[in-house]
Amino acid sequence: MSTHPAQVAEARVLINHEVGLHARPSVKLTKLAKGFGARVLLALDEEGPWIDAKSIVKVMATKAPKGAVLFLRAEGSDARDAVEALVALVERDFDEGEAYAVPS
Amino acid sequence: MSNVGIVIVSHSPRVAEGAADMVRQMVGNEVPLAWCGGDPSGGLGTNVEAILDAINRAWSDKGVAILVDLGGAETNSEMAIEMLPPERAGKVVICNAPVVEGAVMAATEASGGATLVQVQATAQELSPA
Repeated sequence: MSTHPAQVAEARVLINHEVGLHARPSVKLTKLAKGFGARVLLALDEEGPWIDAKSIVKVMATKAPKGAVLFLRAEGSDARDAVEALVALVERDFDEGEAYAVPS
Repeated sequence: MSNVGIVIVSHSPRVAEGAADMVRQMVGNEVPLAWCGGDPSGGLGTNVEAILDAINRAWSDKGVAILVDLGGAETNSEMAIEMLPPERAGKVVICNAPVVEGAVMAATEASGGATLVQVQATAQELSPA
């Protein structure tokens, strides 16, 4: 085995945030993903299409609504940490909770 | 700062400031950011001196990406870049992207330490080919 074995981590998480994966949550998710060396992908379906979670344009374009299940997959030495951190962010409602003002 | 800087140029100071507010609130403070807009008498407009000043305020050694709204904002930004010292002029680009969305996208990309080329490409992903 190499000293840095290729690791793959996967998880799924329910989006409970009131407005789903919209602008601000997308920015937070993308910024968090960028902090990891692993390749990070997300999808709204296990079968894909999988998109680069570090691409703000692609993440924002997914428009995942409340109630959607987000599938996460990371590949790389810090894959597990990346997936854990992203799941935690979604479970915390992107740190916005009830205070989020729904844009008109 | 080690991240690419963002400059927002609009004919309206309120549009420019509002777009900058969105960047600050959505992306945070880790990206150098400056805006300018309006003419000195309080009307709509852009001018080269104000753009130059904004570029210098948002300066980063990794470069500066400018988001513009219409016509004169772009041509005046091009003039401002030409007036920079050569070592700076080569590190400033104008993004062909909608000003508000482009600023948020560019700043998000910049916040991760991306290069100027990557920041510009991300902003321009929004534009139809």
